[in-house]
Amino acid sequence: MTDHTILRVVSKLLLPYVLLFALYVQFHGDYGPGGGFQAGVIFAAGFVLYGLIFGLTAVRRVAPARMVELVIATGVLVYAGTGVVAMLLGRNFLDYDALNPAHPSTGQHYGILVVELGVGMTVAAVMIAIYSTFAGRGRA
Amino acid sequence: MRGLFAAVMLMGIFSFLGASWMLLLDAPDVAFTEASVGAGISTILALATLALTTRKAKVPVRRPALPLLIVAVTGAALVYGTLDMPHFGDPEAPASNYPHPSYVERTEDDIHVPNVVTAVLASYRGYDTLGETVVIFTAGIAVLALLRGSRKRRPAGGGGEDAR
Repeated sequence: MTDHTILRVVSKLLLPYVLLFALYVQFHGDYGPGGGFQAGVIFAAGFVLYGLIFGLTAVRRVAPARMVELVIATGVLVYAGTGVVAMLLGRNFLDYDALNPAHPSTGQHYGILVVELGVGMTVAAVMIAIYSTFAGRGRA
Repeated sequence: MRGLFAAVMLMGIFSFLGASWMLLLDAPDVAFTEASVGAGISTILALATLALTTRKAKVPVRRPALPLLIVAVTGAALVYGTLDMPHFGDPEAPASNYPHPSYVERTEDDIHVPNVVTAVLASYRGYDTLGETVVIFTAGIAVLALLRGSRKRRPAGGGGEDAR
């Protein structure tokens, strides 16, 4: 689809806003609707759009398969790691009060942000990995 | 209907209608997920599958009489089950009684986060969400292992087009 000028131009215009919207959904999820799951999918949708228009090789250049796989695992580790940090600080697993004992509600806020980031990383990377594996099979 | 392209499109439309319905029920978080995952990524993955396989479903060899009967009976049982459910928006319903007010009231003090859905998802029910993330992780790894593994064993040039 690389010779469709209109598609190329429009998708290039849209891409930054898709990614920006994903980040907004990610980090604004505690104030409005949204969170890690939705943000991850929207972020991956940006990559899918890029892959549909500019080809899979272009996506692989931005997000090499090895890096995507690393991010899949890192997201889960970020989530579980937050729980372990809370344990090391002397509270229960995933008890975010420990992150700021003086103001437990602020600690909860930090914890939710970090945990949602982990969810978003895993979801986005899994979606990108599945899409590029599917799209890559046809030309193997 | 044998055209799989139309089936995928209908699935996407259905999912989008589902998202609108969730929005009508004042559940923007769920509507958001349904629209992005169901109508968005799932449709694209289904289309990618079509591109790898074929656009037409095979004509079934046998008459689907027994499956049709099973589906009809199960559907009738489910509809019968809904007759016992409380009416929509019923203040006496268990869903609007037990967990709902306490979380809404407590989030304000416990957690410095206005979106109660996020608070329940990431903090009160943090274990469940960790489990969900691990499920997605496992699913991703499984898909990668399946698709990549079979590609390596297949001789170059033969893969993809004839796969069904």
